[in-house]
Parts: sequence; C-alpha cells; structure tokens
Amino acid sequence: MTVRVQEAPFDSAAEVSAFQLGVQNAGAVVTFTGVVRDDSGSLDHMIIEHYPAMTEVALHKFVHQAKEKFGLERALVIHRFGALRPGEAIMMVATAALHRKDAFAGADYLMDYLKSRAPFWKKEVSKDHTEWVASKVQDEDALAAWTAGTKSKT
Amino acid sequence: MKLDVLYFAWVRERVGQSQETVDSNAKTAGDLVDELILRDAGYAAAFSDLSAICVAVDQELGDFTTPLKDCREVAFFPPMTGG
Repeated sequence: MTVRVQEAPFDSAAEVSAFQLGVQNAGAVVTFTGVVRDDSGSLDHMIIEHYPAMTEVALHKFVHQAKEKFGLERALVIHRFGALRPGEAIMMVATAALHRKDAFAGADYLMDYLKSRAPFWKKEVSKDHTEWVASKVQDEDALAAWTAGTKSKT
Repeated sequence: MKLDVLYFAWVRERVGQSQETVDSNAKTAGDLVDELILRDAGYAAAFSDLSAICVAVDQELGDFTTPLKDCREVAFFPPMTGG
C-alpha cells in the first residue's frame, strides 16, 4: 500500500524497515518524518482535520506524479489526522530510487505537495487559546518552483 | 439542483456546520457563494475574503469560476496545511 491516512500512531522505524524490504532494485531509500513541534512552549496538542473523500485520491495522485517524474521504484505516504501531542509523528514519506538524488528529490516533491495541496488543516490548541495554522508563502513558492522547472532533478 | 456543500477548518467554524444539502441555481462555485452569503452573518463572515478560501468541486481542486454543471459536492476551506 502506498498511501495511508489514519488516526492511529505509526512506528516510523518499522515502516522504514518494511518499506526497504519491499525494494527490489533501488540503491537509495530516503525517508522523512514530520513531528509535532511546540514553538511557543505552551502547545497542549494539535488537531488535524481532513477531507476524507478527497485526501487519499489526492495523495495517490501525488505519489503517481512523483514516481513518474523521478523514476521512483517505490513511494510511501502516511499521514495522520485527529489529536496529536508535541513529539508525535504526524506523517512520513519514503522513496526508493536507483540513485540518491532522485530519491531525495522525490521525497522533497512529495513533501511540497503534501504541505499545500493535500486537504489537511492543523489547529494548535494551547492552554489559553486555539489557532488554525496559516499556510506559508514559502510553501506556495516551493510548488511554483516545481511547476516552473527551477526545482527539478539535479 | 441539489448539492452537498462541505466546509472545513475555520470556514466550518464560521458557517457553524460541516455539511449541508442545498437547493441551488448556481452555475459556478462563485455563484454558490453569492447564494450562501445571503443566508446569515456566519456565511458572510466565512466568505468575507475569498482570497483566503479554496474550492473543491467533486473532490477536485478548482476555483470560484469552476462550473457546477452535473456536480454533486462542493467544498470550501482555507489554504491547506498538511505535512
């Protein structure tokens, strides 16, 4: 399975091992794990909301695009929703390719699309207030760079 | 036509519900917003700045000019913050 959207925690080490065992002929495996951070020091938890009917379809599309673009042998995306505490893994991406540059670029591409084109929204709940996380201009710039070809296979 | 309209994140909070079925004459997603904001102040607050709102029509990202012909589901939400 290349895409999983789930509320339950996942074991990133076990996922990496399983991913690597399924690789046939790739010389490079790159993995990225996103973790809930607490910039203010007062974050109690984060709530991730998503659009169930759209999320998996969108993620499968990004995985397919990344495989085509970078010649990935395998790719995996896991993304959680629901309540998560600081230090918990939110999501992970794994890519396998013949060479490391394609594996890195494929993971980077998937991350850029997950950030701003996958229907997830984060809300930070602190002791005294709650706030929806705003999207960042840099995230749109990163996507534009893929489209313009200024960020591509190196 | 009958349409399922979905709201997410702070759009959902301002509108006051996550999903509803509406009877609409809208030709585009923008027309649908024009119909919705007449309902009450919550909708007007949710849609006061359209540059802050994204649209999906039948689970595909679109915009306010996307036609609604034969569509069943329209969703409105803020820019996505995954990853």
